Amino acid sequence: MKFGVIVFPGSNCDQDVYHAIGSVLCQPIDSLWHGATDVSGYDCLVLPGGFSYGDYLRAGAIARFAPIMPAVIDFARAGGLVLGICNGFQILLEAGLLPGAMRRNDCLQFRCQWTYLKVENNTTPFTGRFHAGQVLRVPIAHGEGNYYADAETLAELERKHQVVFRYCTPTGEVTPAANPNGSVGNIAGIINQEGNILGLMPHPERCAEEILGGTDGRELFASLVDWWQRGDCLGA
Amino acid sequence: MLLARIYVTFKPGVLDPQGEAVAGGLKAMGYGGITSVRVGKYLEVQLDLDDRDRAGQQVEEMCRRLLANPVIEEYRYTLEEPAGASREARP
Repeated sequence: MKFGVIVFPGSNCDQDVYHAIGSVLCQPIDSLWHGATDVSGYDCLVLPGGFSYGDYLRAGAIARFAPIMPAVIDFARAGGLVLGICNGFQILLEAGLLPGAMRRNDCLQFRCQWTYLKVENNTTPFTGRFHAGQVLRVPIAHGEGNYYADAETLAELERKHQVVFRYCTPTGEVTPAANPNGSVGNIAGIINQEGNILGLMPHPERCAEEILGGTDGRELFASLVDWWQRGDCLGA
Repeated sequence: MLLARIYVTFKPGVLDPQGEAVAGGLKAMGYGGITSVRVGKYLEVQLDLDDRDRAGQQVEEMCRRLLANPVIEEYRYTLEEPAGASREARP
């Protein structure tokens, strides 16, 4: 399974993703510069965390118009697997590939900490190794992760099981105290209706090896590889 | 030459944590009459155009595509000539 990780000016988690997929999962992966315009030949594209274009104006707003983005959007709309992590999630929102928007954290602080995530949907290509309701431990590091969607969009996300991860307590309770940034519905990650585009604020690449203090993130990447090797099709 | 003065603000109802923090600060300073503070963005865009309609269309498009996020923000702008005549447009 061939991965591509997109490098924008200001991305700073691309090397971590490269390592997690290339060295830990031993899958082929290339770094793709934001100035490239071709993404053919890849099975999954990863938009990594960081501060693309300095997060100026709004996080992800300028990266969304990078030269590579028309190709990424075509790839995603054609059903290609796309994973947006942190700043990558923000870029997917700005590009309209996922619904909603990010606001500044309600605490106004940059939050860099471990969080617990409840797996709300384990039927996606990204979550097959988890069981429904499983609690994961994955770190976050962001100042603008306060997910917002209007009531109608939120209801549709819930109805179509597009909320994939929610911030929770270590025992899996979804409470206001477990919400690090004020996101509506404790939302930490969502998927598009078709099921091929996932965005999440927590960093799976930062917990993909024992030496990093956890391996739950590795299972997310491994789920993708399982899904690919099984030859599953979305909507089948 | 035209100067666009663009104001980008949160839509009513969208929580503004910065605005709340500023309101809290002002109240702590003793300004008791404050009911709400909203923090927005102000941009000045210089346009090498004299045609107000074309300039307006361009600014409108810039706001819609990049300067504001329609999910959470709204925008308004004025177009000014160097002489200072101004007109306000609201989307």
